[in-house]
This record gives sequence, C-alpha cells and structure tokens, in this order.
Amino acid sequence: MTPLADMSLFASFALIFVSAAFTDNILLARFLGMCSCLGVSKKVDTSLGLGAAVIFVTACTSALNYLVYQYLLLPLGLDYLRLITFIVVIAAFTQLVEMIIERVSEKLYNSLGIFLPLITVNCAILGISLFMLNKPYSFLQAFAFGLGGGFGWFLAISLIGAIRERINEAALPRGLEGPGITLIIIGIMALGFIGFSGMIKI
Amino acid sequence: MLAQIAISVGFLLACGLVLAGLLLLAEKKILNYGTCHIDVNSGRKDLAVEGGSSLLSSLAENNIFIPSACGGRGSCAYCKVTVREGGGMIGPVEEPYLTPEERQAHVRLACQVKVRRDLRIEIPDELFNVSRFRAKLVHKKPLTHDIVELRMQLLEPGEITFEAGQYVQLESAEYKGRDSVMRGYSISSVPSDKDHLELIIRRVPDGICTTWVFDHLQSGQELHFSGPYGFFHLSDTDAPLICIAGGSGMAPIWSILRDMKEKGITHRPATYFFGALTRRDLFFMDEFRQLEKECPWFSFVPALSKEPDDSGWTGERGLITDVVARRFPDASTHEAYLCGSPGMIDASVAVLRQNGMPEENIFYDKFS
Repeated sequence: MTPLADMSLFASFALIFVSAAFTDNILLARFLGMCSCLGVSKKVDTSLGLGAAVIFVTACTSALNYLVYQYLLLPLGLDYLRLITFIVVIAAFTQLVEMIIERVSEKLYNSLGIFLPLITVNCAILGISLFMLNKPYSFLQAFAFGLGGGFGWFLAISLIGAIRERINEAALPRGLEGPGITLIIIGIMALGFIGFSGMIKI
Repeated sequence: MLAQIAISVGFLLACGLVLAGLLLLAEKKILNYGTCHIDVNSGRKDLAVEGGSSLLSSLAENNIFIPSACGGRGSCAYCKVTVREGGGMIGPVEEPYLTPEERQAHVRLACQVKVRRDLRIEIPDELFNVSRFRAKLVHKKPLTHDIVELRMQLLEPGEITFEAGQYVQLESAEYKGRDSVMRGYSISSVPSDKDHLELIIRRVPDGICTTWVFDHLQSGQELHFSGPYGFFHLSDTDAPLICIAGGSGMAPIWSILRDMKEKGITHRPATYFFGALTRRDLFFMDEFRQLEKECPWFSFVPALSKEPDDSGWTGERGLITDVVARRFPDASTHEAYLCGSPGMIDASVAVLRQNGMPEENIFYDKFS
C-alpha cells in the first residue's frame, strides 16, 4: 500500500476519514464515549444533536490539539503532558463554543449548544486527540481524523438511538430495561463493525 | 531534573491561566446582555435586571417568588408563567412539560427562560404577596414515629399574612453532598399567629428535604422558606364541610378548623375524617377532642384501617373512604376539603361523587 505521505491530499483525507469512522469506530471498536451515549441515546432527535456536537468538537479540537502538540509541547519537550493539556484545551474550547452559539443563534443553541457541557469531558473526544498522535499525520490529516472519528461516533449513537426508540414499546425483562439492553445492542453492533476491520490499513 | 519539573509546572500553570483568562474575557464580552427590563402584568411592576440569568432567579432577586420545587433544574414544572414577549424559543428541557394549549397561551417554565432581552410576562396576582422569610426553629416536636411538627419564629420579615389552607416552600440546607432543594408544606398554624409558622412534616424515606428536617435540623437553627402559595382555602358559601386527610395532610385542615373557630363561623357544620393505619399513626387526638367539646358545629372521626381486632380500639375501622360513605350517604349539599396523597384524593373524590357531591364542591391539595 502506498504510504500516506505519497498520496494526493484528497485521497489521504478520504482514507483517513473512512478508516476513523468505520474500521476504527471510536464508540464501537474502541468503546469510548460510552457514558454520554448511554445517557442520551433514548431518542433519535437528541442522539442526532449530541452526535452533531461531537463531530464539530472532535474536528476542531483535534486540529487545535495538533497545533498545541506540534508547536508547544514538542519544542518544550513536554509531550508527556499531552493528556492533561488536551483535557484543558478541550474543556475551554467547548465552553467557549457554547457561549458563542448561545449568543449567535438560539435555534442552534437549543439543538446543539445544550449538549456541549455534556461532552466537555467526553473520553471519545480526548481519545481522538490522543490516537491522532500515533500516526505521522499532517495538520489537515489530523483534522480529517477528528472529523472521521466524530462522524463514526455520530453514526453509532444515531443508530443506537433509532434502535432504542424502536424497542421502547417492547416488553423487556425488567433487569434489562434502559442501560442493560443498550449495552447488549452496542455489543451486537460492535460485532457488526468488526466486519470493517482490516479493510483499510493506514 | 529540577528544570524539567519547573518547566512542566510552569507550562501547566500558564496553560490554565491563559485559558481561564480567555474564558472569563469571553464571558464578559459575549454573554453580556446589559440591563433588561421585565414588565410584569402589564405595568404592575417594571423590573430592571442584569441579563444572562434565568427568569426565575431574576424575579427572585426582585422579591417575586414563583413556586419551584426542584430549584430551577426544569424537573418539577411548578414555575409556569406566561411570557408574552421576549421569551425566545421553547427549549428542549421544558418541552415535555408544556401541553399544546399552554404553548398556544405562551406558557413557559420560568427557570428555563433566560433573560436576554426585554420581557413582558404575566403571573398570578397572588404571587406579589409572596415573600422569602428567614425564621428560627423554636421546636421540632415528634407527633408520631414518622411525623414531626416544626414551629418557627419569623425573623425577617417578622410577620406573615396568609389564608388558612395555603402552603409555603421550605428550603433545605446543603448536607452530605446533597443540594439545597425547596419543598412545599401546608401551614398548620392559624393566620392570627402572625409572627410564627407551624408545619407538619412526614418523613419520606430517602427524601432530600425531609431527611434534612428529621436528621439535621436543630432547634434554634435559622432556616428559610417562601410563601404563602396555593388556592386551597375555605370557600365563602354556607355549605357544611366534610374534611378528609391523613398523616401530615392534616396540616391545612387543622389550620382551617381553628381559623373558623377564631372567626366565629358557627353556622357551617364540619366533620373531619382522620384516616390512619394503626393507633401509633394518630396524633393531635386530645386537641381535636378539645375542639369538638368547645365547638358544637364540629365533629371528629378518626378511623383506623390496619388496627388489630383485639387492640381495644372503639372508634371507626376500615378505609377512610368507606367510613365517609357510611356517614354521609347523601353528600349533595356539602363541600369537601381533602389533603393527602394523589391515591387517597382520587379515591375520596370518587366516593363523594358517587354520593351526589358536585365536582365543583370538592377542593383538594394533592401532594406526593
């Protein structure tokens, strides 16, 4: 396979996006971001809202954290501080975006903004920022990785939300209601997503 | 090594400071809505408030207290107000609590409406009389194994004006990691006792407020409540009364009956049915017997539903609704005053309707 550096910009961009979204799905292959997924996936609307917020935040923070890592942490020899630095950057970024959205558009705030505090400390977002460092990505490729990772999470939570809405009326054994059945659904979906693994290797 | 530590600590510190500074600056610049005006009830009051916080807290700062049990988290839906102008869109938190008719009528949850611009709102006139009181607990007297009576001396404001039957919202203090909450309790003292207030509170297992009252609140301690709220009070008709309440639901009835005695309302016969499980759940027996002796218009009927047969109890037995039905086969000219759990109220309403009481003559205060 051609190494990433030799590919055209668009090809590498698309490849990274697809691999982050499907073969390496952050929720179904890595099991990150589970808490907010369990909490918010009761309905499709809210799943879509939270998923969209996650796409936006992962894309922006992975780019932001890439810059912080390359131009602050590496030159200072502090790359072992990346975890704590990334958390702080993500938290500050989501807070800032929440404020801006609230001021700019009430409609956008009601559909997206209210989820931002929920994902301030979401592990999926931190995970994407950390995993991005495992590969020798360029700035744009890091952005694509964040976008793809966020899209993968969006896809997973909207599917789970849709399934949960469907089984809402079904008679379940009492011990399985709510998070119990959701974990089983996620497990089955994760099995399905294993089918993607190995399709793309970068 | 030392340099390494210094660099990393310095970096983290700088990082935190820069980001915190940025956020503070952003909050000041972005979330600054300036002064907004809230017009209450078409000019009855015009408030100038700092924009940015919720309508509920902005009104509270200006001494208008909208009832709220959850403290502004959008889960009790008590704080409904009509927002004519400037409320913005209905948010996802309040959506489930508003019926289509309420949406049509511009009803919103005050805790979920953020003051971003000038507002025009309408609230019930009674709420203008509501204040937040600071009081000192005089005593906490156990009435049964799970019911206490609180007596408070009002400090600030020093007097309260209310109608017998109304309720106040008690604010619990924070304890053991549980937040302060507000819960409604009916007033059991009489309106003429202006500088004191009494409440009858039953312990709710794991309840945030009642656990605080039972386990943490001490005599002499200061506490806060707001009120009076509610529309449960004696009507001004001449109809005879049937009062039904059990446990801590007795509070408003106890207040109404003594208020009638003080005001000299003697032409309306009143019967109070006190439903309880066993004899250990009864309280104020002597007080009610005394009232019965002093007031020929009043009769008191305690009834036990789970008292063992051989206990020597000579009063009424059975469910309180059955006792009422037995005593008043024809209730068509009476008025009923009920206070208690939703289940008990619904059962009582059904029995009274069956015995001919028109629905508009039944007044109740449901609490859960």
